[in-house]
Amino acid sequence: MATKSGRVISAEKPFRWKQALLKWEVFLVIIFIAVNIMNACISPYYMSVNGLFTATSSFLEKSFIVLPMAYVLLLGEIDISVGATVALSACMLGISFNAGMPMGAAVLICLLTGSLCGALNGLILTKFQELAPMIVTLGTQILFRGIAEILLTDQATGGFTKVAWFKNLYWGKVGPVPIMFLIFAVCAAVFGVIMHCTTFGRRMYAIGSNPLAAKYSGIHVQKIRFIIYTITGTFSAVTAIFLASGMGSARSNIASGYELEAISMAVLGGILTDGGKGNFPGAILAIFILGFLRYGLGLVNVASQLMMVIIGLLLIVVVMVPNLNLGRIFKKKETKA
Amino acid sequence: MKKKFNLKSITSSRETSLVIVLVLLCGFVQFRNSAFLTPGMIENLFKNYAVTMIMALGMMCVLLIGGIDIAVGSTLGFSGMCASLFLRDHTQMPAIVIFLISIAIGTICGALIGLVISYGKVPPIIATLGGMYVFRGLAYLVAKNEWVSAYQFTDGYKDFAQSKYLGFGLVNNLIIITILIYILFFIFFKWTTLGRKIYAVGSNAEAAEVSGIKIHRIKIMCYAILGFLTGLCGAIYTSLYASAQGDMGTGLEMDVIAACVVGGVSLNGGRGSVAGVFLGALTMAIVGRALPLIGVSQFWQTAIKGLIIIVAVILNVLAQRAIDKNNLKGREM
Amino acid sequence: MSEYVLELKGITKIFPGVKALDGVHFQLKAGEIHALMGENGAGKSTFIKVITGVHKAEEGEMFLNGKKVNFRGPRDAQEAGIAAIYQHVTAYPHLTVAENIFMGHEKVKHGIIQWKAMNEEANGLLRELNADFNATDEMGALSVAQQQMVEIAKALSMKARIIIMDEPTAALTKRESEELYRIAEKLREEGASIIFISHRFEDMYRLATRVTVFRDSKYIGTYEVDQISNGDLITAMVGREITDLFPKPEVKLGKEVLRVENLSRQGYFKNVSFSVKSGEILGLTGLVGAGRTEVVQTIFGAERYDSGKIFVEEKEVRIRKVQDALRLGIGLLTEDRQHQGLILDWGIGRNITLSEIEKYGSKIFTNEKAEREAAKKLAEEVDTKAVTIFDKASSLSGGNQQKVVVAKILASDLKVLIMDEPTKGVDVGAKAEIYAIMGELAKKGYAIIMISSEMPEILGMSDRITVMCEGRVTGELKRGEATQEEILKLAMAKSLKAAQ
Repeated sequence: MATKSGRVISAEKPFRWKQALLKWEVFLVIIFIAVNIMNACISPYYMSVNGLFTATSSFLEKSFIVLPMAYVLLLGEIDISVGATVALSACMLGISFNAGMPMGAAVLICLLTGSLCGALNGLILTKFQELAPMIVTLGTQILFRGIAEILLTDQATGGFTKVAWFKNLYWGKVGPVPIMFLIFAVCAAVFGVIMHCTTFGRRMYAIGSNPLAAKYSGIHVQKIRFIIYTITGTFSAVTAIFLASGMGSARSNIASGYELEAISMAVLGGILTDGGKGNFPGAILAIFILGFLRYGLGLVNVASQLMMVIIGLLLIVVVMVPNLNLGRIFKKKETKA
Repeated sequence: MKKKFNLKSITSSRETSLVIVLVLLCGFVQFRNSAFLTPGMIENLFKNYAVTMIMALGMMCVLLIGGIDIAVGSTLGFSGMCASLFLRDHTQMPAIVIFLISIAIGTICGALIGLVISYGKVPPIIATLGGMYVFRGLAYLVAKNEWVSAYQFTDGYKDFAQSKYLGFGLVNNLIIITILIYILFFIFFKWTTLGRKIYAVGSNAEAAEVSGIKIHRIKIMCYAILGFLTGLCGAIYTSLYASAQGDMGTGLEMDVIAACVVGGVSLNGGRGSVAGVFLGALTMAIVGRALPLIGVSQFWQTAIKGLIIIVAVILNVLAQRAIDKNNLKGREM
Repeated sequence: MSEYVLELKGITKIFPGVKALDGVHFQLKAGEIHALMGENGAGKSTFIKVITGVHKAEEGEMFLNGKKVNFRGPRDAQEAGIAAIYQHVTAYPHLTVAENIFMGHEKVKHGIIQWKAMNEEANGLLRELNADFNATDEMGALSVAQQQMVEIAKALSMKARIIIMDEPTAALTKRESEELYRIAEKLREEGASIIFISHRFEDMYRLATRVTVFRDSKYIGTYEVDQISNGDLITAMVGREITDLFPKPEVKLGKEVLRVENLSRQGYFKNVSFSVKSGEILGLTGLVGAGRTEVVQTIFGAERYDSGKIFVEEKEVRIRKVQDALRLGIGLLTEDRQHQGLILDWGIGRNITLSEIEKYGSKIFTNEKAEREAAKKLAEEVDTKAVTIFDKASSLSGGNQQKVVVAKILASDLKVLIMDEPTKGVDVGAKAEIYAIMGELAKKGYAIIMISSEMPEILGMSDRITVMCEGRVTGELKRGEATQEEILKLAMAKSLKAAQ
């Protein structure tokens, strides 16, 4: 069928090599390979199944936050309370465990705590839509951290290693594969599918691109925001569980700065803070790039502080470069052609 | 005329309500513990919160143009560390030179962030998140992971934060500096065209550009002002605590932003006042100081601070809604 | 000295990829009001920005009082006595009126702003303009018309000799427009020259002595207003003749689809009642600010109502959110399509299917293929000028964007279509196409509610016309009996009563 004026509108996506190759993910894959080659040169043990999985254990526990953080950033919002949520959830885990509860129940309480923290953010932000997420989550960040301090004062709560299955969450393996890696892979796959293949995912993109238009298209904007903030809390608790499993104890000051690391990873992955941009594989790639890079530099005793400088610069450069030259250069070429 | 009254009440409501809250708070604490409102205590309070109070002003500049800076804690660490290292290696230097070095480094850091944000078009939260990592990392690297301890500082430097020579022997130096800076900024924002331009850019950047205001320059200037004050605070901080560590000032950005928010500065830009920031910072300081005096455990302080921020922003929204609703009722049909 | 206060010759301005102005000429006589007309995208706004120094032209010369000038920035133009009042009000909502007036040329003594002197002078200017507000009021609290008055006061304060107004009446009510005409006349009598951009022929006839037409970034011609006919002017603007602008087909009306009774929302509207039948186009008109948009937004569930009843096909329904309205078959084409109707970053295909993703896939998963097919069909149905459904919505012209929004609304199974200012910001050619689409939709049995401020459109397209004034329905007119005067009388019913 064509229009009245005889025009046919194509439903085929035009494919351009240049565009496909210039995608951010392609760039990330190249960096990913480069980082791995570098690490392999540094350490002969790195390029083995065992070596690689050991490397992942050094950063995967906090990567669980990146999954929902990608959603939050996709909405064009931000949640800086996740680090404090991790601390509070871990404290609740320790307190309920040391109060004599079975570990299973303590884990559930931990998850519930995280979800409630997230839900509180969601509730405030949906009931008072005038407020910026930055400021609300700044407030709850301090509040959650404060509650953790009230609960634990400056003491640690521990003894988690007594429960074998709990310890195995972080340390255990199925064959050569760490259990944590398996769980992460499943979670990442689910998050990715939701983002790209479901109506929920499409609606997230719509809200991130233009919340008003989304509302007028009949999308439950506030409901979706609430769900996403709650999930963010839940997955902060998941990180708390793995962190507690790995350390065997918890304190009120753990996981500080996790929010910024999670945001950095998502942003490096191409999910920029202005909303509606980026895709999930990019974020996953960024997790592994940063994780492996940190691990590799650690092997050669490059100070972790230098690593901070590198990540910081990377973050700025990654966002700045496309804004500066590339756009102009390519536009000029197009007009000439 | 009725409408005019409403408008007045919107713009002044934040300051008045903060004053009322402060008076009630102080009254309550004083009632429970008479050691609170004594000259020594008040001096102590202002001395210890001078850093937050001064930086909150700079943060206001940045928030006014719709930006944000979460790198200030790191900037403070970096500039303070550089200055302290210089002092360690050149003990004959007078304190003022050390202050100038710290200020210069802070200003450069701020200006760099401003450049990245304005010309690089990087969102402020990302740019300053990056800056936060970079400057913190550098603070450790320049010091080679070492501290600068009290014995490595000159007495003149350490004494600066404790003595009263700027205040003619009556008031602590830091308090004098804080007051001077607040007066300066009050004049700057109220009576100079440059100050009003900052408000203009925050209120409507597009219009500002069309009317010939150089937006990029204003933005860079705002971040540089914040950097300047942060650099100054870097020196104050090291002088006050008589040591310099790589992690000093960590998390300070949140305190500073919180002071601004409680003081009624809008994160969307365009709204905020010097008086509001002062009252906001003072509220947070008094909460921090007064609670231990009335027997609240130190472990409750953080939670109470967080609660205050949340309640303050929500009350703000509710007040605005009530005003809007009232305006609607007044409309004839 | 030259006859012209302002003369531009051969101005060419190139943006990456587009020639926004192509060798354009313009001459402005002293003390004249000169209309500048053309379709959207003809280059008028760019041209204004070249005059005011915001953009720098690649080619061409500009003469001020016969002397060649070369502005390096907006400040140079301001100092040369050129002031512009832009299409979108460029105010600082957080600052006071006086600050807005004096922004960029504050009264300063020893580097200190003289607030008292500024407020006094601002009040003087406002009094001259018969303004009903104060210099110390906050700008954000003023109405659009009042803000525009501040902009004019600003031009006066700069002693501008050349004042440019870019669509100043677009957001004004009839009465406010009259006030603006009066001010413009006054400025001209005092010796200022005015360039006036507008889509409204009414503005041009009322004010201008000469009119210059741009089309497709090119200069078409300059005409004496009283020597050119409406038709010739449209031909000049569009480049083709437009016949039968309002193709309203005769449709047999069906059953009543939507009825609202005594709908009220505090502060916005009160006791609003009307109904619309299938196949009918109901015109909803009134001055801007009469509460028309608020009423339809409420029916669409985007805002809550306090009291009243809504019936869909004789059954009472409760609409709390947009989803309810869509499920009941009520769709809304919002007035602000760029912010409320479209996601400009997205392809038109995704935009079209956004409200109905579940229809093409399942409750959980999307089905891209089915969506693309559907989007293609709908985009073709409304004759969108696009190559593929992946073209970004932002790349289309205003008229074509509006067609995409229509296609999007058609994706849902609707009975009632509410169109809020469907041709606002749309050029003459695309307007005719949108009217044709509306006619066809009525034929298919949709009940259509059309909000419009344009008289010819309301008279030409509606079966029935409901008029609102200050939040209340003041009258209803049938197609045959409605005249411009009748509508205006109802639209200003309240103020007329007050005047008596």
